[in-house]
Amino acid sequence: MKLAAAFVCGLLLFSNPIHSQTEDRSIRPFKVHVPQAALDDLRRRIAATRWPDRETVADRSQGAQLAKLQELVRYWGSGYDWRKTEAKLNALPQFITTIDGVDIHFIHVRSRHPNALAVIITHGWPGSVIEQLKIIGPLTDPTAHGGSAGEAFDVVIPSVPGYGFSGRPAGTGWDPDRVARAWAELMKRLGYARYVAQGGDWGTPISSAMARQKAAGLLGLHINLPATLPPEVTAALAAGGPAPAGLSDKERAVFEALKTYGMKGSSAYFTMLTARPQTVGYGATDSPAGLAAWVLVHPGFSQWNYGADAGKLPTQDDVLDNITLYWLTNTATSAARLYWENGARGSVIAAIAQKTSEISLPVAITVFPEDVYRAPETWARRAYPNLSYFHEVDKGGHFAAWEQPELFAAELRAAFKSLRPVH
Amino acid sequence: MTEAMTETRTEGAPQAGSGTADIRPFRVNFPEADLAELRRRIKATKWPERETVADASQGVQLATTRALADYWATGYDWRKCEAKLNAVPNFMTEIDGLDIHFIHVRSRHENALPMIVTHGWPGSIIEQLKIIDPLTNPTAHGGSASDAFHLVIPSLPGYGFSGKPTAPGWNPVSIAKAWATLMQRLGYTKYVAQGGDWGNAISELMALQEPPGLLGIHTNMAATVPPDVSKALAVGGPPPAGLSPDEKHAWDQLDDFYKNGLGYALEMNNRPQTLYGIVDSPVGLAAWMIDHDIRSYQMIARAFEGKPEGLTQNDVLDNVTLYWLTNTAISSARLYWDTRHNLPAGGFFDVRGVKIPVAVSAFAEEIYQAPKRWAEKAYPKLIRYNKLDKGTHFAAWEQPELFVSEMRASFRSFRA
Repeated sequence: MKLAAAFVCGLLLFSNPIHSQTEDRSIRPFKVHVPQAALDDLRRRIAATRWPDRETVADRSQGAQLAKLQELVRYWGSGYDWRKTEAKLNALPQFITTIDGVDIHFIHVRSRHPNALAVIITHGWPGSVIEQLKIIGPLTDPTAHGGSAGEAFDVVIPSVPGYGFSGRPAGTGWDPDRVARAWAELMKRLGYARYVAQGGDWGTPISSAMARQKAAGLLGLHINLPATLPPEVTAALAAGGPAPAGLSDKERAVFEALKTYGMKGSSAYFTMLTARPQTVGYGATDSPAGLAAWVLVHPGFSQWNYGADAGKLPTQDDVLDNITLYWLTNTATSAARLYWENGARGSVIAAIAQKTSEISLPVAITVFPEDVYRAPETWARRAYPNLSYFHEVDKGGHFAAWEQPELFAAELRAAFKSLRPVH
Repeated sequence: MTEAMTETRTEGAPQAGSGTADIRPFRVNFPEADLAELRRRIKATKWPERETVADASQGVQLATTRALADYWATGYDWRKCEAKLNAVPNFMTEIDGLDIHFIHVRSRHENALPMIVTHGWPGSIIEQLKIIDPLTNPTAHGGSASDAFHLVIPSLPGYGFSGKPTAPGWNPVSIAKAWATLMQRLGYTKYVAQGGDWGNAISELMALQEPPGLLGIHTNMAATVPPDVSKALAVGGPPPAGLSPDEKHAWDQLDDFYKNGLGYALEMNNRPQTLYGIVDSPVGLAAWMIDHDIRSYQMIARAFEGKPEGLTQNDVLDNVTLYWLTNTAISSARLYWDTRHNLPAGGFFDVRGVKIPVAVSAFAEEIYQAPKRWAEKAYPKLIRYNKLDKGTHFAAWEQPELFVSEMRASFRSFRA
């Protein structure tokens, strides 16, 4: 796909998703250009932030700590430069196409290697396509990153409806299953007859739904937040009870970690977003600091040190790129609605809730040790009838592609090796 | 209360942290600049798009917040509320190192019964303003001299004009002790306590602590849920067998609340400091505060649709503006965190084992309407139980006349 004339978009594009009876199936080039006035307004609001008093504890157990957040927000309003991110995004081929009434934004980078395997990579909350930028090079150009030409991927990285530059659905129904159907249509429009799917966080239920729906051409999945909790473990956790009998040491350790996770209130944001996305939305939409703190409430940031650890990803700029994207596209509320849409289906890590037994395609799993839980292989084998690959790596967390791009790319190469069609 | 607040927002208040049992007069007077800044922020609100449903199932609806913001920025007058507050005697006293603000109105009737009334979240002393005159001056409000109360209405630590704790430890147990100290400091040797929401938890804790002079309590949000029901609710049902129709109704209300309404409390239980957005955004604060429970939300939403019943637009905005001007959105939310982290686990509505006399008013649209049989089991000395056919979560604020008659009837037996 060639990048045609730049499609320069203003804020209008974000607020006017296209609806039509006979859907325009065209794929339009897209470039990001946020009006200067929006950036000025953001800086003005940051400078005018009204702060609460300091937390009453010496750690982050009450939420983002005042001094840390103030430092981050101060930098956001002074040193941080969104235009650099815009340039990074615009250096990649980006497109918009309308699917099921909603504009879908995506990055699409073809490898120069023939026979590259196409992969559609799906972000989650509070993420965006920003999470995936660092893996594009290693995946599409493996020979420059320690891989071979035979390991190349074409990458398709869409923004979930309600997120980033995709349209914000005005009606209900955009749950992971519907997003999955849109992704299958997207891959079809791009002409991929064979491809694989990858995801963590919401990317897991979305990719898994594509597999359950037997999307045409889908060969298999790689997921990094698998839904492996067996029913008896899910039930014991819900009841706050003791571990079910018969767990191995490793399984018991995971059970206890999840119990602690719940007791520490790590999933409170999940409950609130599922129940009242609109209520949360007002403050996060009107206050940059409020948005930043709400993004950082995600347990994936529980070890993040505001970029202070040299050499550790994501950097301060990475995280601000992502938060600024939410701000400028005004998607704090629309993104939160994905939780509401998931609603009664419940936990994204429970095997029954996610109907993993209905997935007959090969499923590859990489467990990153600092993710919200470390799925044991035994549970993964029970949950996924066709587990093709399981590997627990020694570093990385919830935002694996963002935190450990090279390792993440290496995992995708290994995970999909057996699925590459023979040419 | 911070030094800055003491200087700019009060008149004649001595320095905080004096470590004495002094009781200092207090008046409210926010600088005009604070009010102008609030209006500026409301007008500059950046809005999300409309919810994708036709009801309140995703939270506070855009049309409601828009109407609220329009009126708040243009029609609403905080100075009227300030005048109402300053028309009653306000005081400040330091207890356990923290400034406690309270309204104290003595009845002119000598044998009036002293009562300490405690608000909850997202409430404040604003909730209680309408009941002051009827309770302290009953003969002007259809009562007799023997119905009179002396009223003490404190602001919880971290709320309104009270100080903001800078360390953990202020929870219903310590607040209950502080309230006993306050009543003792005011010279009351025999008194009663009243509350709903956190005010119920604190009144019940006082009842458990049995400070000298506490004769009994009245609650409009009784904690009566039996252990088997509480257990079943925690796992999402099914209800235990043998519930009466009233009990089944209470179960349905609680089950709905636990499944759909508990998000705000979980958030504040665990990550109050994350709520920077409601400190920086007036509309964010208002939306967060009016989404307490579905029935009171619907009542408030109707007020902004021009159909007030119970609370008016001004009532709601007086309270939200108080939170805004005192910058207490997060300090108030920390009461949830402190309770969750420093007290033994236990549901908010679970039986606590109060042994002293208790009177219960069960308003129809409270989070749950406590059934009589549960109340009898929860409180062995239940002196009065009354089920009311209206009223949501904010009984004193919404239904002041009913509330006042409930107080008179509930405590009649304690009067000399």
